[in-house]
Parts: sequence; C-alpha cells; structure tokens
Amino acid sequence: MTLGAVREPRTRQVRTSAYLSLVKALGRGWLRDRSQVFFTILLPLLFMVLLASVFGSSSDSASRVLAVGEVPVLDGADSGDFTVTEVSDLDEALAMLREGDADAAVSQEGGTVLIYPSPTSSTSGSIAAGRLSALVDDVNVEVLSAAAPGEEVLAAEVEEADGGAVRPIQYLAPGILAWGIAISGVFGAAGTIVDWKRDKLLRRLRLTPASVSTFLGAKVSVNLLVAVGQTVVFLAVAALGFGLELSAWSWFAVPLVLLGTLAFLAIGVVIGGIAQTSPGAAGLSNLVTMPMAFVSGAFWPLALSPAWVQAISYLSPMRYLNEALQSVVVYGEPPSTVLPQIGFLAAFAAIVALVSWKTFKFDEL
Amino acid sequence: MDAAIEVADLRKTYRGRRSGEIRAVDGVSFRVERGEFFGILGPNGAGKTTTLEIVEGLRKPDSGTVRLLGESPWPHSAELTGRVGVQLQASAFFEFLTAREQIETFAELYGASKARAAEMLDLVGLAEHAGVRCEKLSGGQQQRLSIACALVGDPELVFLDEPTAALDPQARRNLWDLMRAINAEGRTVVLTTHYMEEAESLCDRVAIMDAGKIKAVDSPAGFVRGLDAPTRVTVAAGQLDAERVRELAVAETVTEQDAAIVFETRDPRKLLTALASDGALEGLSVRTANLEDVFLHVTGREWRA
Repeated sequence: MTLGAVREPRTRQVRTSAYLSLVKALGRGWLRDRSQVFFTILLPLLFMVLLASVFGSSSDSASRVLAVGEVPVLDGADSGDFTVTEVSDLDEALAMLREGDADAAVSQEGGTVLIYPSPTSSTSGSIAAGRLSALVDDVNVEVLSAAAPGEEVLAAEVEEADGGAVRPIQYLAPGILAWGIAISGVFGAAGTIVDWKRDKLLRRLRLTPASVSTFLGAKVSVNLLVAVGQTVVFLAVAALGFGLELSAWSWFAVPLVLLGTLAFLAIGVVIGGIAQTSPGAAGLSNLVTMPMAFVSGAFWPLALSPAWVQAISYLSPMRYLNEALQSVVVYGEPPSTVLPQIGFLAAFAAIVALVSWKTFKFDEL
Repeated sequence: MDAAIEVADLRKTYRGRRSGEIRAVDGVSFRVERGEFFGILGPNGAGKTTTLEIVEGLRKPDSGTVRLLGESPWPHSAELTGRVGVQLQASAFFEFLTAREQIETFAELYGASKARAAEMLDLVGLAEHAGVRCEKLSGGQQQRLSIACALVGDPELVFLDEPTAALDPQARRNLWDLMRAINAEGRTVVLTTHYMEEAESLCDRVAIMDAGKIKAVDSPAGFVRGLDAPTRVTVAAGQLDAERVRELAVAETVTEQDAAIVFETRDPRKLLTALASDGALEGLSVRTANLEDVFLHVTGREWRA
C-alpha cells in the first residue's frame, strides 16, 4: 500500500467534524456512565421528593394537639386545624412531645390557656402554638361581641402572599435545581481532570490533528448539553409530578443554567488541578459544594439563617443561580430583573476560569 | 528528502521539590532515516519517555532542536500531527466506548474513513472484539487497539512507547510481528523499550540510553561485533578427559562449573567441530555476546531492566 493514500485535505470542515465526533464520543460515554446519570438526573429528583415531603407535611396538615384534662376552648376549634388527643396528665403529654408524637400540648385552668409547643420540632410546634393563640383570640372576640353588641371588633383575615399559597415545591424546586447544576458541574469537571491525569487521554488527543481547544470545547459542550437536559427533566418532573407551577418565563432557566454550569465547571477545574485521585476529587468537591449549598438559600430561606451566613451567601454562586431561577421560573419575573444575578455569575465564572487557567499544571495531563 | 527525525542537543531538567535538579534528558542528539526501525533502549528512568515526549511535541525542551519530517513539532500543527502516529505508555481511551467506537472516533480526528478504521482493527486482530468496551479488553488487546489508533491516520512516522511492557511472552511476540509489519509497509518506527531481546529482534538501529544520555548508537549486530567478546560454549562435564580439554587449545579460557565445562573462544567454529568429532555434544549450549553485554560495556553498569 502507498503511504498517505487515505489522507484527505484538512479543511475547516474536518475541524468541525472533529468537534462533532468528539462531542459524540464524550456524550456517548456520559450516557453510559450510570453513576453520572444518577448524580445529575436522579439525585436532584430524590432530593425533591425528600424535601417536598419534609416541608410539605408541616404546614398543610392539622396540628396534633394534646389536651391535658378539660380544655373547653378546644370545643370551638375548626376541625381542619387540630387533631386533638386527650391525655390525663401533663407529664405524659410532655413525654409524648419529646417523642415527636404531637406538635403541642394545651391545658386550661379557668381563664388561662397554657400552651406547650413541641421542643423537638420547632416549626410545627410554633405553627400549633400560633393556631392555638388564634383560637383563644376568636373565643375572646365572640365573648366580647356578646357582652357588647354593636361594638365594632377588628377581624384579621390571613391572605397568602403572591395571591395564593406558595407551596413548598415552588420554593424548593429552583434551589434543588441550582444544587443539581452545581454538583454536576463541580464533580463532573474535577472528576474529568483527575481521569485525564490518570489515563492521559488529553495527551494523546494533543497529538492528533484536532487541537486541544477543539477537544476542550467539545467537553464543555457536552457538560452544557447535560445541564440543559438535567434542567428540562427536572422541571418537567417537578411540574407534572409535584405540581410546580411554571411561569411563562421558565424557558429563561436554560441560559441561566448554562451560565451557572460554566461557573461550576471552572470551580471543578481548580479542584481537579489540586486533587490527584478520584476519591480526593470527590472529597474536595463535597467540601466546596456542601457549604456553598447551605449558605445559598437553596434549601431554606436565607431570612431564617443567621446574619453571618447571609453575609457569606453573597460569595456563593449558587445563591445567585437560585435567586435568578426562583424569580424567573416561579414568580414569572422578566429576565431583566435578574440582570444583577447574571452579572455576578458571569463575573464569578470569568474570575475562577482565569484562576484555574493560571494555576493549572498542564504538564500533569 | 529530510530525515524522519533530527534531534540536536536536547536538554530537559526537572526541579523536584525535595530531590533537587533531575536532568531527565541531558544533551541528546540522534537522527532517524525514513523507513528505519529505530529503538531507544534503556532501563526505567533513563529518560526514554521524556525524550520521546519532547520529540512528539508533548513537552518543550529547555534547549535543543527537534525536526520531525523536516518540521518543528512545536507549536501544534494539524498538518504534521496528521502524518505522525503515536502510542503512549498509558492506553488513552475515551471512557465507556467500544473498540470500534474508539477507533472510529480517532479515524474522524485524523480525517480517515470508517473503512480504514475497520481495516486497522482487523490488522491488530481485534475485529471480533469490536463491540467490547475498552475497559473490558485485556492488557495486550488494549495495547493493540492503541497501536491501531496510532495507525488509523496512515502515518509516515510511528512512535511506540514501551508497547510490550507488562504483556505476557506470547502477547509480546504477537505484537513484535505487528510492529515488523508496520515497518515493512515503509513507515518509520521509533520504539522505546527496556527489553534487550525486543530491541535486538526488531530494530535496525538502537540507541542505548542511560541517565538522560545516549551512550551509543549502532545496529544490534554492529554493537555485538564492536564488543569483540568471546563466544561461550558449554557442554556437560564427564564427556572429555582433562587432557583432551587442554588439547582444545582454541579456547581461550576453560572453566568447570556445576558439572559443566565452559569454553570461551573467538573461534567457535573450530571448537564446535572438535567437540562434534569427539561426540561430546551433550548439554551443549552456545552463547554469543548480546545487547546485555553491550550495555555493561557501554555504561559500565550491569543491566537491570
């Protein structure tokens, strides 16, 4: 055979096809990697199921109240608000509260209603206590109205914000999505870099006519495609399975998620540059993503967190991705309102990418 | 026509955190002609891989020049890399792809056809394993796939970095046949190895490398000739009486060890004829000098692969 017979002229077309074949090869590899599919698609969904059921149970259902002895005030209660269990004495009631079997205990001595909110579950405990106080107020209003008919009394009607109930899923979905995007970006990039250090794939590809930039471009493209797929699957499951109401601007989640992915990939590259083994990369990725998630307001409102957490949260790119997704997907605000968040994410991605580029030891690859 | 490779005075020093300066490549020069099978032989840590990586264009030398097919390998050029095939020490594959998908991806990167990819898979004897995921292939199969990927772009020049390391003897010999065939097609082959036998059997010329330097370059036969070492002829003891042994004065030295008589001679033909006429050929073995002796002579050190 003659050498060089099969060689074709190298043109822009060849370069494009090199990019496409790399995207194909890497994408195929991704789809076949079950652990990747689990971490990016299933894990966020599992989290949604878990968190939605935890947060969902505390606000919607009736408060479980232990009536110690005779509690006449409970007679006027709305049956949807309370599930009443009668117990004989206070010690027994307090023991049950500690076990988490009830949200509050209540007793009545003449005109005094004593409320004991649950010490184990403070959220449901305070909800129960609030409802019991409201019940006492209602009874008082009735008594006063009867004593002084014609006298005007104030009546409070509770209206939910945003014109209706914000169910937990509305709040949780953007946060969990942001977290899912963060872990697949950080873990994905860090793991890939460590793999390249081990199997020298990048080194081999540097010696093909395709340039390194073509290969890195293909790798980033695959990660971006994954992020879009992840977002679509997640929002579809949240909407169809959990009743998430998607606003008309929901499509804007895609560019937000793409930008977020770039920022998280950059973090992952820094981690991959430091770590030498896969477990090392996973550990370091956890070390970065866990605090980033906890201070981001993704899982519970930042307003409930201490001031220092709120201060740190300004450094977490997840905070901005979460806020932007929430505004656009849940509250239906136009993309122009989240420009500050977009700006921060872009700046964050650029700075971290620059740092990773400057500190990266290409010789190790 | 330019030489396939021209390397002049390459130097590369690593600065370790604790170990201080390591001169991995310390003034290396050599030239490989087109169509040649060139070997770089040396123990682990001699600087073979670093030299090869500089020549391939993966690393930048501190100083010195490299011309590959008349061009500089640095910076990256699509034209030049398309004419060169490489097999690296570690088998570098895309994860979770089958052997066929692997080589087809490489074929696309080199602008070669699917038919060419299938042909190469067949050449290295992996046609029937085409549907197997790379990570499930045996070590020898992975090496062969990696060589197929190096050949898929129809290169003029092929680099093979210790392709037979960690293979069993049978797989190693199969790979030798493959490497001979690649060279017979007219491709220049550069092979690094720490197996003496391999260099001896395959290479037209061998560079012996130790401690970052090329100590000598010659053909395997030329090395052995140049050594001018005696041939060792061994037969079982008890076939010859002492007087007869003395009579075989063609031998320079005669020693008895472990029920065997060892002759060292520069005229093995005469000695062997004499032994044959005496009918004293039981337990006969003849050992001429080989590259191991050459290595000892050239570096002053015992060979330790």
